[in-house]
Amino acid sequence: MTTLDRTAVPRRGSADRVKKGLVSGKFTALLILLPPALILFSLFVILPLADAIYYSGFSWNGYGAPSDFVGAQNYQRLLDHSVFHTALWNTAKLILVSLLIQMPLALGLALLVYRKTPTNTLFRLVFFLPYILAEVAAGLIWSFVFDGDYGIASSLLNAMGKQPVYVLADHQWAFPAIMTVIVWKYFGFHMMIYIAALQSVPKDLVEAAKLEGAKPRQVALFVQIPLIKHALVVSGFFAIIGSLQIFDIIIPMTNGGPSNSTHTIVTYLYSFGLSRLNIGFGSAAAVVLFVLAIGIAFFYQRTTGKGSKA
Amino acid sequence: MQVSNNYNVPCSRPRHLALAVAVAAALGSVAAAADTTVTVLRIESSSAEKDYYNEVVAEFEAQNPDINVEFEYLANEAYKTRLPTMLQSSQRPDIYYTWGGEGLRDQVDAGFVRDLTEPMGDGWQDIYPASAVRAFTLDDRVYGAPLYATVVGIWANTALTEQAGVDVDAIKTWEDFENAVVALREAGITPLAVGGQDGWPLHFYWGSLVTRLAGGEGIEAAKHGDNGGFNGEPFVRAGEMLQSLVELDPFQPGFMATSYERASGMFGDGEAAFHVMGDWDYLPSKQRSASGEGVPDEDLRFIPFPTVAGGEGNEQSFGGMNGFAVTRDASDEAVAFLRFLLNAENQRKAAATGIFVPVAEGSAEALETPYARRVAEILDESEFHQVFLDQALGTSVGATINDISGDLAQGVITPQEAAAQVDEAWQFR
Repeated sequence: MTTLDRTAVPRRGSADRVKKGLVSGKFTALLILLPPALILFSLFVILPLADAIYYSGFSWNGYGAPSDFVGAQNYQRLLDHSVFHTALWNTAKLILVSLLIQMPLALGLALLVYRKTPTNTLFRLVFFLPYILAEVAAGLIWSFVFDGDYGIASSLLNAMGKQPVYVLADHQWAFPAIMTVIVWKYFGFHMMIYIAALQSVPKDLVEAAKLEGAKPRQVALFVQIPLIKHALVVSGFFAIIGSLQIFDIIIPMTNGGPSNSTHTIVTYLYSFGLSRLNIGFGSAAAVVLFVLAIGIAFFYQRTTGKGSKA
Repeated sequence: MQVSNNYNVPCSRPRHLALAVAVAAALGSVAAAADTTVTVLRIESSSAEKDYYNEVVAEFEAQNPDINVEFEYLANEAYKTRLPTMLQSSQRPDIYYTWGGEGLRDQVDAGFVRDLTEPMGDGWQDIYPASAVRAFTLDDRVYGAPLYATVVGIWANTALTEQAGVDVDAIKTWEDFENAVVALREAGITPLAVGGQDGWPLHFYWGSLVTRLAGGEGIEAAKHGDNGGFNGEPFVRAGEMLQSLVELDPFQPGFMATSYERASGMFGDGEAAFHVMGDWDYLPSKQRSASGEGVPDEDLRFIPFPTVAGGEGNEQSFGGMNGFAVTRDASDEAVAFLRFLLNAENQRKAAATGIFVPVAEGSAEALETPYARRVAEILDESEFHQVFLDQALGTSVGATINDISGDLAQGVITPQEAAAQVDEAWQFR
């Protein structure tokens, strides 16, 4: 009896809810508002992704329909390719530099300039400027800075009586130069996230800590930073995903050279997939990049999510 | 009632409709007659060359008032990456720029290219040397027509070479060339300017050496996997010779960060004695120099790439063969325009303006500068014109060749590894 009642009630309830929903317009709203997002998402995310997965099974130069099915050969070649290993390692380096150098730098500066004063506004603006610049323009500007003949870097060395250095032509220094530019370009963005978060930290907590005799460093370490942890998590996420996507700074600076030593996954995908018209091979690289990005994002959300609960 | 009404109304409509359709059709056919549009897609070129095309188009349109020709231009890299998409879309041009070789083969295999064997056989191809037509011939069918040829040689600045006691005109063999490099270095002059960042300028060394060593036949044999394919002896030997040159420290400092444009300007500024480059660099190197004047003509020489001991291709030339192909569904008018554009008279006009060295036989007489005439001579004496390897072997293999040329120039791979990489790229293309 009771079980019957129990099953009967929800049924009536759900039917009622649907009726109510229709009457109140929630269902209509759903019908109107959901499709555009769903269609756009499938059209621009799901479909291209499915296409890439499909193409990655073919040896295909982009002409006509793909017909030469090669199975997992593209992935095999990708995993065997030394330049792809370099690209993976370079991307890992970018993630590490973003997390270990760029974020602490941004945090330090944010702590210095987060209070609203005219000088701070000026500094914030200066620190934020690189982020406003278009990536390609920034890459070009820095390629001039690092130029061995006319660049500022070599002029300085010249003034010190040393031989000019062709940084971007040097296997050892080209990628560190790129990492420097990337830190310079994006630290302002992370700094802004921290500033916004720091300004929302209740002032009385900071005051209380000071009254207890905490030094500014201690206030930062034990009051402010723990309270902006959510902002750190978000900016870390941006830093990682951003590092996976780096492309338009490298192309004007080195174009992946010298000897393909400064590729990231995306520039690798572009030069070995698209430029060389190996669309199937490029699709395989794109699928690997996608899996990496999803994997890292998932792992990051889980670990940082757990941390905040604890 | 309703039925009859419905029946009556359409009955009166067709008359109007028929009239309207007839008028529209008449208008349409008039419009079509006046407006068969032929679209041409070309890589971005100099304004002088664009003027030349405009002139040819104006003349053609005056003779054929019912045909309208439109030229469109795309920057080099954009052209290469967008062409496959454009050919497969409804936006495909009627006529497009091509380098022949494996790149053209991909397009032919996919069925996008109109077979020109018949019109070319009908007297059209007789005005060109056989080597020019061969660049656009695949399996005995002709899929394009040549516009101009380019040759890789050595631009030399005699004001600098004389300081080092080097006689440019006496450089005939690779040893002569290496000796000149040593002498220049000892005299404190940078022997060679090269745009290493772009890759292809370094491929001119490896490619020229391969052409000298293996010859066109040897390269063709390697494509079929004969004699060890691209792992074969001449391809390894080319790497060894390039490396022995590199050991002489021949290039400007930081050459891997120098673009072709910069290298060309450096040579124009007299910062290096030689520039291994295509003949087209005559005006660009002047324009890119700081003074805008470049190396004065009395000090400027263009000499053929040196010969190598025992090479199969010492009598051959290495360079570009540039022309046009017609897409599958293009109108006959498009073919007619292409034939007009590339006829002997227009080729002579191009020669007279000095924008390039045209291929049609007899057009060389109209060439104005001694350099252009020298190029025409080299082409004329050449047994076989090997098209740039980064184009003849297709995009993917070409990019690998550019990479290994840079790697060899920096000494980061062995000649054997270089050859193996090219062979692998060829297998996987």
